[in-house]
Amino acid sequence: MIKGMRLSQLYLVIALLIVLICVGLVSATFGQAPLSIAQVLEGLSGPNDSGLSIIIRELRLPRIILGMFVGAALGFSGAALQGLLRNPLAEPGVIGVTASASLGAVVAIYFGLTAFSTYAVPVFSMLGALLATMVVLAVAARDASVLTLILTGIGLSSLATALISLVMNFAPNPMSLRDMVLWMLGSLENRTTDDLSLAVPFIILGWLLMIGVGQGLNALALGEDAATTLGVNLKRLRWRIIAGTALSVGAAVSVCGGIGFVGLVVPHIVRFFVGSEPRHILLPSAIAGAILLTLADIITRLSFGNGQLQLGVVTAFIGAPVFLVIVYKTREAMR
Amino acid sequence: MSDRIENAGLALHGVGVVLGGQQIIEDISFDVKPGEVVGLIGANGAGKSTAVRAALNLVKLVSGHVAVDGVDTASLNLKERAKLMSYVPQGTPVHWPLVAERLVALGRTPHLGPWDKISNAEQGIVKAAMVETDTWHLRGRIATTLSGGETARLMLARTIAVGAPYMLADEPTAALDPYHRLQVMDIMRAQAKAGTGILIVLHDLSFAQNYCDKLVLLHKGKILDQGDTRQVLSDKNLMDAFQIRVSRWNDGNTDYLMPSTGVTPASEVS
Repeated sequence: MIKGMRLSQLYLVIALLIVLICVGLVSATFGQAPLSIAQVLEGLSGPNDSGLSIIIRELRLPRIILGMFVGAALGFSGAALQGLLRNPLAEPGVIGVTASASLGAVVAIYFGLTAFSTYAVPVFSMLGALLATMVVLAVAARDASVLTLILTGIGLSSLATALISLVMNFAPNPMSLRDMVLWMLGSLENRTTDDLSLAVPFIILGWLLMIGVGQGLNALALGEDAATTLGVNLKRLRWRIIAGTALSVGAAVSVCGGIGFVGLVVPHIVRFFVGSEPRHILLPSAIAGAILLTLADIITRLSFGNGQLQLGVVTAFIGAPVFLVIVYKTREAMR
Repeated sequence: MSDRIENAGLALHGVGVVLGGQQIIEDISFDVKPGEVVGLIGANGAGKSTAVRAALNLVKLVSGHVAVDGVDTASLNLKERAKLMSYVPQGTPVHWPLVAERLVALGRTPHLGPWDKISNAEQGIVKAAMVETDTWHLRGRIATTLSGGETARLMLARTIAVGAPYMLADEPTAALDPYHRLQVMDIMRAQAKAGTGILIVLHDLSFAQNYCDKLVLLHKGKILDQGDTRQVLSDKNLMDAFQIRVSRWNDGNTDYLMPSTGVTPASEVS
């Protein structure tokens, strides 16, 4: 092991997976009827038709698995985008996908489409993400610089945010305004196998596009010219990461709403353990993202007086302080 | 690559580049043979960096072509090209706090499949490159915390680690103190002695005189002169390309050139 790598990647991945399983089991104890870990295990292994196994497998497991996929999508994309844009402040939102997906959802709620189909919000949200992605990809295809990509993403996000404000401004009634705000704060509440089967295929498709980008991202640490002269096809690398992020994060946002900070913070947490090589942080960031989101979902179900705590609020509350601590601790190396 | 010609060198044939509607370089032809250090000199904006980038196919050529050992590099894919020509960009920044040894290992990228890890043999090449550039003792350090001289040597090590027969360096001595400039130039010479063909952009005329086998002088995007160092560094050429007069002296075995007077060209005096 080379000095400076504090933990080998394999050990970290195994440790993270163990933590993920534990957090998942704890998450399954929360719900309408509080259960013990033993009951959760019994529900997982017991006969199909027992009341316990129906609660665990059909109500709680889909929510937990969805949360893990969404967290992993955000964490992985954050790590890949930070590598591609060579910017530690990059997160899935910078390419405009998150805001555009939110716009789609808000429009669906505005027109009351939720009354016709439960799929209305996620499908509109995916369309929003798709539209933004096509713009960013068109820009990327013209051999744009990193700065142009970031600025295009910021422009798209600002436009989508402006349109969201417009739609909220003219919300037909307080109830739909409330729905819009709650959706934008993100939630895993009442998510079922339907949401799971809608989002997970796109998330996985996005990951497949991004498989094997690590080597190119490593070379990109030396700049675009140097990476090209090391044999890295930058156009293809950009296309794969933008399209992959759009698919996986667009799908994640469409079923869970706006969940901030996971994609930004998780890669920094992972860097703290394995060093800064872009290739080494991809897989651990996916697992750590899943852990963070599952933990946040547990916190939303702890009782805090009146009302339901939204998921995006919790991730921001965990994420922001952790981010500040890490930035402070790595300030010497990040110059 | 059946039409490969052994030792034909890296050759630019009538290369022209247009950027933003402006002809940056035009009809550039010169070659770099194996074991040779060729210096590319010229005033700011003469097109030196563009010529190097054109040689690497990093910019689109509007005319001419680049060949390595007789093979048109435009016909090669990125990885094949990467194995033939390594590149030290001007003032390369490191974007992540990478461990120095891992940074040098990035030079092996063209030789690896997408999932390959650095093997023991590859590791040996990385170590050799670091020993040669006097950076092995820095191997565990974080690259972003190193000094300018250490970073420049690390970048050279990374480029040497590619193991390409031709190396192109854009002002590798810029921003270095005199000791480290000499050190970098000595490393370049040692590489050439081992058979690498080297193209190097230089501003220091004494270095151009003493370290290069051949010089190419660019002026306003065209080649003003090329060939033997003394011939290219003539008073007339220096006046035409740089608008300077130089003082020359010789301490017995080395020639020195010191710019002494800047001369405003007659056309700009009104």
